[in-house]
Amino acid sequence: MKSQWRLAGVVLAGALLVTGCGGGGAAATGGKVDLSFWDWDPNMDQVVAIWNTAHPDIHVTLTNPAGGDQLVAKMVTAHQAGNGPDLAKVEYQSLPSLVSNGVVADISQYTADTVRQFDEPTLRSTRFDGKVYGVPQDVAPLMLFYRKDIFQQYGIEVPTTWQDYATAAATLHQKAPAVSMTNFDAADPGWFTGLMQQAGADWWSASGDTWRVDINGSASKKVADYWQKLVADGLVAKNPSFSPQWNKQMNDGSLATWISGAWAPAQLGGIAPATKGKWAVAPLPAWSPGDRATGIWGGSATTVTADAKHPAEAAQFASWLNTDAEAITAQIRQINIYPAATAGRSLPVLSSPPAFFPDQANFYDLVKGVAPTARSFSMWGPNVTVTFSGYTDRFAAALQSGGSFGAALDAVQSSTVADMKKLGFAVS
Amino acid sequence: MAATRRLRRTALPYLLVLPAVVLFLLFVLVPGGYALVLSFQARKVSGGLLGSSTTQVFAGLDNYRAVLADTELWSGIGRMVLVGVIVIPATVGLALLFALLLDVPRVRLAKVTRLAIFLPYAVPGVIATLMWGFLYLPATSPIGGDHVDFFSSVGVFFSVANISVWGAVGFNMIVLCTALRSVPTEVHEAARIDGCTELGMALRIKIPLLRPAIAMCALFTVLGSLQLFNEPNTLKPLSNAISSTWVPLMKIYDDAFVDSDLNHAAATSVLFTAAALLVSWVASRFVQSRAAS
Repeated sequence: MKSQWRLAGVVLAGALLVTGCGGGGAAATGGKVDLSFWDWDPNMDQVVAIWNTAHPDIHVTLTNPAGGDQLVAKMVTAHQAGNGPDLAKVEYQSLPSLVSNGVVADISQYTADTVRQFDEPTLRSTRFDGKVYGVPQDVAPLMLFYRKDIFQQYGIEVPTTWQDYATAAATLHQKAPAVSMTNFDAADPGWFTGLMQQAGADWWSASGDTWRVDINGSASKKVADYWQKLVADGLVAKNPSFSPQWNKQMNDGSLATWISGAWAPAQLGGIAPATKGKWAVAPLPAWSPGDRATGIWGGSATTVTADAKHPAEAAQFASWLNTDAEAITAQIRQINIYPAATAGRSLPVLSSPPAFFPDQANFYDLVKGVAPTARSFSMWGPNVTVTFSGYTDRFAAALQSGGSFGAALDAVQSSTVADMKKLGFAVS
Repeated sequence: MAATRRLRRTALPYLLVLPAVVLFLLFVLVPGGYALVLSFQARKVSGGLLGSSTTQVFAGLDNYRAVLADTELWSGIGRMVLVGVIVIPATVGLALLFALLLDVPRVRLAKVTRLAIFLPYAVPGVIATLMWGFLYLPATSPIGGDHVDFFSSVGVFFSVANISVWGAVGFNMIVLCTALRSVPTEVHEAARIDGCTELGMALRIKIPLLRPAIAMCALFTVLGSLQLFNEPNTLKPLSNAISSTWVPLMKIYDDAFVDSDLNHAAATSVLFTAAALLVSWVASRFVQSRAAS
């Protein structure tokens, strides 16, 4: 989601937006409130336009300075300089560290009505110690996206367990050596933490004010060992995702599956435009037959920053964006989100599949079916960036020189704990 | 009257250097001083599970101790030196070769060729690296990336070095070409009358006369190698071969903006700057003594 290769395009788009909005922005006078909003969703400008038409007194200006973790770094830096935006999109895993850095504001007083529109498991991602730090935008259960044409060509059944998945990978490798089941991505930890959650790992949990960090526990090691074997047997490719190499592999059918979040259809259009209609989605394979648990990859909230000059109006926009039927419908249609708001999950727009999956009419039914079984960690740690850069470096090194994935997890655990202790967090 | 003239004469030089001094103060000394202050502090959190209140506390030499004990930083320095060992001789050597070849009287299309060799210098490092990235990746490579692994554990050093050399040769070649121009034509004529070949002239006359310019090019390239960042940082997302702490400047960037540990990054920056100043001082002394001999 956050490769540098995209950044170029994103920066360009952001620059165009800035210049595009620059013309009209200066006209804001009188009782009119101007809000700045950082968000990297494709087509979010069309959703913001709906708000701006309906609310002439509160104008929202959208910019797209970066995506994902890079936006988090920009938010922290901008906050230190005292010129952060009023609103920003933040992925759930980054929210605790932004709260800890004092970057996002407590908006409990403005969202008393808003929070009633979400169920408890969803709210847990944005409410800490009883304070609300963001309005959930979407939930992204981890699912198995597969090339139905490739599966059909080589007679492969859609795997329902990880055992089946490994068998299918071996069959595919035997019948078509040039095609890999998937690639092990060491650059972006999102999919891998999702697999950890599915297996029951709980990387961060808390009792009182004391943290417990368990990145290298038995559940995590089980997942790591499983993938190490697939890599060692040459059944999955080793190159990182979201790179030109990967785009080409996804586009030309060198990769048969993608373990990804429910937001994948909107991304696939840009990654592999030639594969429209060739993909299908299935629930993530299970560790034991019939176990329906899955993990999550991403999912975001709209946050109000501590630098916001009009927090009440900003919170009003964040609530509208994520609870108003028209706003959610536009986001499902334009951005392919699976909404976080309870009522949003019954909107009529969900009865038609995303544009990139024209043949899979039950796309959102499947997502709706697995969403309640998506497990997350009890909490995301206050320094996930350290954990994630540890993942990237350690697993990349293990792939490069054949090291052990289990040892990589041990190293990530110790660097994460060391950093938390250094900052002054209580870690048991 | 005389007093105003004297004042004007004494004030003018200061007025002329003022813009440079102001810029230097604002963008080098002040941030440098701020980094020095940060390097003696540490961020501590308190107040509940998420530590919603953050304070900067005095940390003495703790950050410096941590930096010196940081094995990843030392490995990064090792990798930087390895790339430098490839880049420095290759850049200076190729620049010298091209400059000498273009100086041979019967060479054709000299101007066009010189411009063509110089052109890569005009391409910003990040853009050049994006382009080379496409050339290296197996799926998109037109130069045999599907047969040669440009991102193997050894190959990656050459892949990174290649981009630096490609970008820097042209500039150094221009410096050497200009220096060659200043060699008096009488020297060339005398050599030719004595029956010296073009090769002999290059080896026995031009290279010795070029020494100061070669030394300067070497110094530029050493300084460039210390600042290695754009090429590996832009190649990083393409492969597993480059970590986020691959060279010292990437480590500093990672500490400051990914791990949010500005204090550790500041201490590393202070030490790295001191070391870089030392290296360039030693290099320039060495260069001067060689140039004089």
